[in-house]
Amino acid sequence: MKDMIRVGSGSAWWGDRVEPAALNAEKGDLDYLCFETMAEATVSAAQVRARRDPSFPGYDTYLDDRMKAVLPHCMKRGTKIISNQGWINPDAAAKRVVQLLQEMGHTGVKVAAVNGSLITEHVLELTDTILENGLPTASLSSTLISAEVYQGAEPIVEALKAGAQIVITGRVADPSIFMAPMMYEFEWDPLDHVKLGQGNGLGHLLECGAQVTGGYFADPGFKDVPEPWNFGFPIAEVSRDGSAVITKVAGTGGQISLQTIKEQMLYEVHDPANYLTPDVVVDFTTAQIEQVGPDRVKVSHIGGKPRTPTLKVSIGCTEGFIGEDMFFYAGPGALRRAQIARKVLEERFKIVNLKAEDIRIDYLGLNAIHGDATPADAPEPYEIAVRVAARTKTREEAAKVGREIDGMAVSGIAHTGKRVPHQDRTREVIGVWSSLVPRERVTPSINYFVS
Amino acid sequence: MKVKLQHVAHARSGDKGDTSNIAVFAYTPELYALLKDQLTAERFKAFYAGAIKGPVTRYEVDNLDAMNFVAQGALGGGVSRSLCLDNYGKALSAAVLGFEIEVPESLRSHLRGQHLL
Repeated sequence: MKDMIRVGSGSAWWGDRVEPAALNAEKGDLDYLCFETMAEATVSAAQVRARRDPSFPGYDTYLDDRMKAVLPHCMKRGTKIISNQGWINPDAAAKRVVQLLQEMGHTGVKVAAVNGSLITEHVLELTDTILENGLPTASLSSTLISAEVYQGAEPIVEALKAGAQIVITGRVADPSIFMAPMMYEFEWDPLDHVKLGQGNGLGHLLECGAQVTGGYFADPGFKDVPEPWNFGFPIAEVSRDGSAVITKVAGTGGQISLQTIKEQMLYEVHDPANYLTPDVVVDFTTAQIEQVGPDRVKVSHIGGKPRTPTLKVSIGCTEGFIGEDMFFYAGPGALRRAQIARKVLEERFKIVNLKAEDIRIDYLGLNAIHGDATPADAPEPYEIAVRVAARTKTREEAAKVGREIDGMAVSGIAHTGKRVPHQDRTREVIGVWSSLVPRERVTPSINYFVS
Repeated sequence: MKVKLQHVAHARSGDKGDTSNIAVFAYTPELYALLKDQLTAERFKAFYAGAIKGPVTRYEVDNLDAMNFVAQGALGGGVSRSLCLDNYGKALSAAVLGFEIEVPESLRSHLRGQHLL
């Protein structure tokens, strides 16, 4: 058994940069390279697209980009890959990876597809209550698009035990993707909550990629970061006892400091003593962190408590449409022109009988981001965008927003700047709700493909 | 002396549904003690005014010199439903950097961004 493994990040979300993944594959000396590519609404959005576009294969639209960038290095080094790029079709993603491997001349590579997360057909039988509002999940039956369970690390470990060099999954809890190699290499028992607490806590530090190496962090004069255009993605040197040093490829920008580790440790966490994952309940309040070298922070003593009897289910539903657009003012008096323009739009929305569940008209440059939290004494900006958004039941209603903003071109206020209305200014809303399912009711299945 | 929180602490926000967690990290343990005393959940919510519709829970994380504020009803009904340009509320954590903290002169050297004091 190894005493230490190197687990690196390849992505933190679907739109993440590819170059740092290639760098980690090439220069990270990694045992494992892990990709996280899904947001809360990813599965539902993929289902909607698959219905409309039969040519959409159902997996990460950047699968080819990412795999072409890292496979040559990973095959050379013997780096295993674990990735949730399978979205709603892990089998198709695995087959595509096999095809890419063959094109590169790599034969005999075993690729696993972990299925079993999608429970759309059974979700209303398997779940009772919507966590966010306490209503029965049955109330979602007419708008339901997709439901998926957050699986843990165990099926990935099973695939690794079966000899897979690449494991492609659908929905798996983000930290579990990164912990699976630790469980496999160090033979951690799935019920060893002390080890798994550390592993999942480390997974949480890695799952957001550059957010622990200086990304989403730099603030000039307060938190200065070298070369913020050149972040490396994190690498954890994990010891068998579950402690690790978080580091990155030498020569990259960014930084790994106590501050970047702390910020990421609490990112998207509610109760820091009880961070629920499918594998374990993580306790960050016992964690010890120590700077042991430049861009090297040792993380140890993250706590763990036994896992809960349930798994989280994410339920995506159609919830209408959003129409949005913006137009601009600048120079002296920009705000007063924006204010009367807002009044014009409010009146015109009445004239065209816009039926909206919610409307928001903001002054971008003044209050569009912080809304009601904007200080009353915020200074008047030189330039302002009037940004309008409305949520509606139908796309036709949502389109009225863009149509009325078109009207501001010749029927508006002096000095109104406008974009050419080239893009579709409506989009579909997929609402995401949560519920719980007894873990024994979810059965993962794994398919294997060989290049 | 009264200073803006940006001199005392750094912050990061994260999203889950309609809930934003805004974690605030003191630059030193001495400053953390001031934060715990002055940045209560009630004051935090009041500072965000109508931008946080629901309750705010404060978790103290002593080993990180940090406090985690979990604000319900802060993301316009949830990331995908939100009409806010910043759907994920990733810029929300910046607002609290304007919260005013009373800092004794003896801790002046602990403050960041000295050029703006």
